[in-house]
Amino acid sequence: MFSVFRDLIRYNIEFTIGVVLVGVIVAFSLLSFASPVDPTAIYTTIPDMPPSAEFWFGTNSRGQDLFWQLTFAFRNTLFFGLTVAVLSRIISITVGLTAGYLGGWTDRTLMFFNDIFVAIPIFPILILFYFVLRNNLDMMKLALIMACFGWPFDARLIRSVALGLKHREFTRHAVFAGMSPARIMYEEHLPYVMPIVFSTAMANMIWSIGLEVTLAVLGFTNINVPTVGTALYWANNHSAMVVGVWWWIVIPVVLIVMTFLGLFLLAVSMNEYIDPRSRLRRMGA
Amino acid sequence: MKDYLTFALKRFLQLLAVVFTGISVAFFVSYLSPISPVETIIGRVAGQSAYSPEAIESLRQTLTELFGLNVPLHERYFNFLGRFLVGDLGPSLLAFPTPAMKLVMLALPWTVGLLTMSTILTWLIGNILGGLAGYYQNSRLLKAFGVVAIGIQPIPYYIVAFLMVIIFGFLWPVLPISGGFSMNVRPSWSPEFVVSILRHAILPAASLVIVGLGTWFLGMRALVSNIVTEDYVTYAELAGVKRERIVSSYVIRNAIVPQLTALAMALGGIFSGTIITEQVFSYPGLGTLLVRAVNAGDSAVVLAVSCIAVIAVATAIFLIDLLHPLLDPRIKAE
Repeated sequence: MFSVFRDLIRYNIEFTIGVVLVGVIVAFSLLSFASPVDPTAIYTTIPDMPPSAEFWFGTNSRGQDLFWQLTFAFRNTLFFGLTVAVLSRIISITVGLTAGYLGGWTDRTLMFFNDIFVAIPIFPILILFYFVLRNNLDMMKLALIMACFGWPFDARLIRSVALGLKHREFTRHAVFAGMSPARIMYEEHLPYVMPIVFSTAMANMIWSIGLEVTLAVLGFTNINVPTVGTALYWANNHSAMVVGVWWWIVIPVVLIVMTFLGLFLLAVSMNEYIDPRSRLRRMGA
Repeated sequence: MKDYLTFALKRFLQLLAVVFTGISVAFFVSYLSPISPVETIIGRVAGQSAYSPEAIESLRQTLTELFGLNVPLHERYFNFLGRFLVGDLGPSLLAFPTPAMKLVMLALPWTVGLLTMSTILTWLIGNILGGLAGYYQNSRLLKAFGVVAIGIQPIPYYIVAFLMVIIFGFLWPVLPISGGFSMNVRPSWSPEFVVSILRHAILPAASLVIVGLGTWFLGMRALVSNIVTEDYVTYAELAGVKRERIVSSYVIRNAIVPQLTALAMALGGIFSGTIITEQVFSYPGLGTLLVRAVNAGDSAVVLAVSCIAVIAVATAIFLIDLLHPLLDPRIKAE
């Protein structure tokens, strides 16, 4: 595991940049635990102060220190993305490995549902959920709903790998040794799909965070929870760009673009690492 | 041919299953809505002047019947399915008593037009540039484009659309930033109207193209750079086939099939993108209608938009799937 990481850092500049970007954002969000202010309180400082030595990121029109506010926003957003990624990975690994290894009717049924889930446009469904739950739609519920929709692409990918593994010799040995299908899947096949799981997890985080930001910007989540989306929502609500409080929009946007870029580079470089041909080309072998 | 028809029939059954699941989910989710359309209308009516309690009570009964709320859930579900087949989803609240479906049908052409135009443009430009970048790997220009594409690709729709509004609305106001057509043009098939529609579509479409381009570019470049190492390409080069011909019929032709699959899979996401784009540019499509309906608590319209969205996306995927075996003879219609 560690040697993989070392190789990636050494030979893959994209991976290094990705690690640095994501690392900076994670460190920034962790600062929220040391925050001196309550993120839900408003008018705690002078509103509309531009970035300065006292307020690094300025203050917004609601009288909040943007620096600390955004640490909370990023903590919530990253945690949300991670929750969706972990939950949907569990579904996609289970479905993908089961469908690939068992085959036959199980495979056909699972892939049938898989294709249905791929085809359902999620955004109207999410808006429908907001419409029904209103402010009860907290981050946890939203994460659960999105996890239910975020697995089918990756399940198909994992299935295609599992299909190949099924006919390898070690699987047959395992069967003859009397391993149960469940143990074969989790002990023998799971390690082979782990790289895919990691790289799709990054892509999944980009997807879920992007949707969360989009929903929140429209005001379709609980707008009192600080996230990147709700930060932008409040900025729009106070017409930040028009009244000249540009830092209220520009700083979160720059930070979220850094997050997305970092995650994207991690996903891309891991994808490349999975393919031995491009890995060897990069190492100059 | 017979194989192809069986394949088409199977895909069609799958389409029906997708639509059925989608609208059922939409129905049951919207059933949980705490907002009763009956009470909303009564509140609206009663707010205007004083009515006797009996009048209100009989209004309540009439409305309950009108919305079909006086029967148990399973019966409502079958009613819903039956009425859905004839395209009736009940009256809207936004513009009571205009049928919700009528509002949706008014908004649908805008969204479909914008979506089709920008998706086809994005897909073509992205794949052609990506194909060229994968083949001519030493081109500085295409390399630079790749870096830009990686940079832009992860930015969410909303931010790109918003930046375009700021740039073209405030800094350099040359293009209209809101609405579907100019206020002073009468909707008809006159040249002014068409030009007005096109001018208004430029910015929303451009934002969608910019955001979507990177994915196709990068995907195609990766595919093509794998294909150019294949023996048959080297052989064609040695045999003196013209480079343009190698790129177009040997390389891109082979790489386009997975990209077509990816397009079918990406459609749902593209649809989400148009909703936010419409909202930012106040484009009179489904997205704007959906947001207005949510804010007004109009469950009929929300349900209608969700159902139409499911049908539209599923149908588009179905059509792309049908194209598949025609494009790639290696794929047996199965």
